[in-house]
Amino acid sequence: MNARAVGGRNPRNAELVLLVFALAIAMAAYASVGLARNGAIPPGMAGYGAGLGLLFGIAHVALRRFAPDADPVLLPAAALINGLGLAMIHRLDLADIDRAQRLGRHTPTPSAPAQLTWTAVGVVLFIAVLLLVRDHRVLQRFTYTAMLAGLVLLLLPLMPFIGTTINGARIWIHAAGFSFQPGELAKLVLLVFYAGYLVVKRDVLALASRRVLGVDLPRMRDLGPIIVAWAASLAVLIFERDLGSSLLFFGVFVAMLYVATERRSWLLIGLVLFFSGSFLAWTLFAHVQQRVDIWLHPFAARNISDSSYQLVQGLFGMGSGGLLGKGLGQGRPDIVPFAKTDFIVAAIGEELGLTGLMALLLVYAIMVQRGLRTAVAVRDSFGKLLAAGLAFSVALQVFVVVGGVTRLIPLTGLTMPFLSYGGSSLVANWALIAMLLRISDAARRPTPPPAPALDQAKTQVVRL
Amino acid sequence: MNAPLRRLALAVMVLFGLLLLNVNYLQVVRANSLRNDPTNPRVIFEEYSRQRGPILVGGRPVANSVATKDRLKYKRVYPLGPLYAPATGFYSLIYGASGIESAENSILAGTDDSLFVRRVIDQLTGEQVRGGSVQLTLNARAQKAAYDGLHGRRGAVVAIDPSTGAILALVTSPSYDPTLLASHDTQAVSKAYQQLNKDPNKPMLNRALRQTYAPGSTFKLVTAAAALESGRFQRDTPVFNGPKLDLPQTTVSLPNFDNRPCNLFGKTATLEDALRRSCNAAFGKVGLDLGAVALRRQAEKFGMNAVVDTPIPSVRSRFPANLDQPQTAQSAIGQFDVRATPLQMAMVVAAIANRGVLMKPFLVQEVRGPDLSVLSRTRPRELSTAISPRTADTLGQMMVTVVEKGTGTNAQISGIQVAGKTGTAQQGGNRKPHAWFVSFAPVNDPKVAVAVVLEDGGGAAEVSGNKLAAPIAKAVMLAVLGR
Repeated sequence: MNARAVGGRNPRNAELVLLVFALAIAMAAYASVGLARNGAIPPGMAGYGAGLGLLFGIAHVALRRFAPDADPVLLPAAALINGLGLAMIHRLDLADIDRAQRLGRHTPTPSAPAQLTWTAVGVVLFIAVLLLVRDHRVLQRFTYTAMLAGLVLLLLPLMPFIGTTINGARIWIHAAGFSFQPGELAKLVLLVFYAGYLVVKRDVLALASRRVLGVDLPRMRDLGPIIVAWAASLAVLIFERDLGSSLLFFGVFVAMLYVATERRSWLLIGLVLFFSGSFLAWTLFAHVQQRVDIWLHPFAARNISDSSYQLVQGLFGMGSGGLLGKGLGQGRPDIVPFAKTDFIVAAIGEELGLTGLMALLLVYAIMVQRGLRTAVAVRDSFGKLLAAGLAFSVALQVFVVVGGVTRLIPLTGLTMPFLSYGGSSLVANWALIAMLLRISDAARRPTPPPAPALDQAKTQVVRL
Repeated sequence: MNAPLRRLALAVMVLFGLLLLNVNYLQVVRANSLRNDPTNPRVIFEEYSRQRGPILVGGRPVANSVATKDRLKYKRVYPLGPLYAPATGFYSLIYGASGIESAENSILAGTDDSLFVRRVIDQLTGEQVRGGSVQLTLNARAQKAAYDGLHGRRGAVVAIDPSTGAILALVTSPSYDPTLLASHDTQAVSKAYQQLNKDPNKPMLNRALRQTYAPGSTFKLVTAAAALESGRFQRDTPVFNGPKLDLPQTTVSLPNFDNRPCNLFGKTATLEDALRRSCNAAFGKVGLDLGAVALRRQAEKFGMNAVVDTPIPSVRSRFPANLDQPQTAQSAIGQFDVRATPLQMAMVVAAIANRGVLMKPFLVQEVRGPDLSVLSRTRPRELSTAISPRTADTLGQMMVTVVEKGTGTNAQISGIQVAGKTGTAQQGGNRKPHAWFVSFAPVNDPKVAVAVVLEDGGGAAEVSGNKLAAPIAKAVMLAVLGR
């Protein structure tokens, strides 16, 4: 069967063109880092380009093979951001090496090769998801398994021996020489659970209600799930000190609840719970109060050289970048602590300027909108909810990170999907895109032409 | 479920819209204030990545930028460090800049508006943007003579070209090496800075411009000027000849330094005798006769009670207001609350030397762009007419007698007429007085006016100015006169 023949143009061809374009941008970024820092195209350029091209090419071929009708924009968007991130991480590596040489310290292990390796792992997982999940509806069967797995993954960092606290957040596990943030995978698994659970319960959550003050409120006993999600988010906040993930888990759940039930009262309840939870956290925890203080008064003398140093340095960097940026390799994004992870957006803003940062945000916006479009287009409820959850989680994550770094909202520690340095996040996001593409493939698959009526069918008389 | 999905998509677009708006606000609206924020380390890195222009004395750099291998591309060095520190100031990563480094920063850093075209061309041609150079008025030989003369003792020397106001020597002692503060090793810099700050001799204090002392007997020049200007006194007008002056309204008296009459050989003393012998009683009486207002007015014509921008700003020298009679008498001999910087006393002598016209002291001769084109040259400017040419000539002649047969004999130069005045400023308590000497030469065509102060340098007697300060003034005058 060749479905493309029916639909006309093959989306995979468009994808290939976009992918070449994305790769070209990533390579241009890599080359300009080399030109700015050493005055020459980096020597490993051809090999690096070939490697990255091969990785994205394999992902593309896998889509041709296993999800031929899937959205053509998602993979190039992810590849573009991933490639740009690699160039920026490489650029920050060079600054780290300079610094080490200056101070006579050991040359630090560069992060870009590791990130490239993780990209490869991510692409492998991407293909594995496409290969193993041939129909996304199969995932619905694992609703409660996903819940269990999600909870276990979330709780792993709290376990003795394997859990570790890094920079105040207990979101890491260490095993066999590897460190991993299981929360990133937990996010995916929990989205499967949310979607599966809400599909089943949506009717009862939507219909059984009482009207209070003009608002349809659900029955008390139906409040259970949202309360549980809220409590779990608070638990993440309290025990793992992970503000960002806590916000993300809860926000995505409320959004999916709303989509599933089509009831605004859930949004209202979600917002009330969110603000009361935030207020609770603010009154109870010094580190939350500090985050708010940094947000409101980053330039205050009590903060500027200490707690708000990172935020302020990031703002300085973006301000220095201005409209067009300093150019890759020509600014000082390395002044900002954690420039490769949480603050990579500030590095982009400094060196690629407002123009580059807006372009990047628009690529994310396109990615999210393509995901949401998939949710609208797919026919089954589970697919709709899952696609909406996946897409919205990317949107919320981008909003929380960029909003935090640009001081729109208080800073919470989260990584930029595909952009930040970090294996767990990168691998999980490649899996996320694979799942979206899987649903998209189902959504865009042309409906087979109706079966021809029997009397018009070419029949052959079989003589007996 | 598609209706809420569409609304969700709308909400997502609102979120992205907020982000885009905020990024625009940051990188467009707030960009300049963030970029130029003094606490933004990028400002410093950028400043240090440009070759800062040199500060020159007679064509030789006294402050220069040399390429380094560390992250800040250029390091500031001061080849003659302590000798020129009071003029150059320092340029430090953590403590900012002082002296000319601070006053002429925009030229040296290459950020001045006058360098704009040059900067654009440099940027277009890919040439490194460099700073302009600042040529000082200092005379290398005079500077060295003054520094060697002070020899590490606490004090200061200022020499001025009376006809232009150009500062020929600006020395304070003990001094420090600004190179220590220009290091890129911030820990070493802060250690050096703290040590300099803890030093009881205050090596970083610019005594020439920013420290005031009681001028003591050197202030009698101002009182004498006021007396001559009043028309009531000539150089041979008899003045009070007693060994001490009883101050009205008090039990205190104002004695001569040797407790003897002003004129040891006669019954009367002239104004000239009083200046030559530096008689406190006589000048106290002259001051009372003239009144506090006249003294203050004369002091202000010489530049007191105002700051001078050289362009390193000096502190205000002070002649107080609302003096009662005993205070007036004490002020007339440069005591009580009268305070002057060495620069101020050099200005007084310079005005006398320049036939009464006070020129504005300046330290920057000319400013050149990185391509050596002259951007600006300081034109001499009159600050005020302090006294009439006649008073100036008379006073100059009276000062000649001080050097030739009075209290300032150590400033004599064979073949050249020198006019001078000693000073010994009491500090009160048990502290030793400051020794002063101010002078100019040659009298017929003044080329240099100089003021020397040595802290706690004097003995009790008036001789200390002559003994300690006059030789330094002489050495500086000789250096300027090329002898």
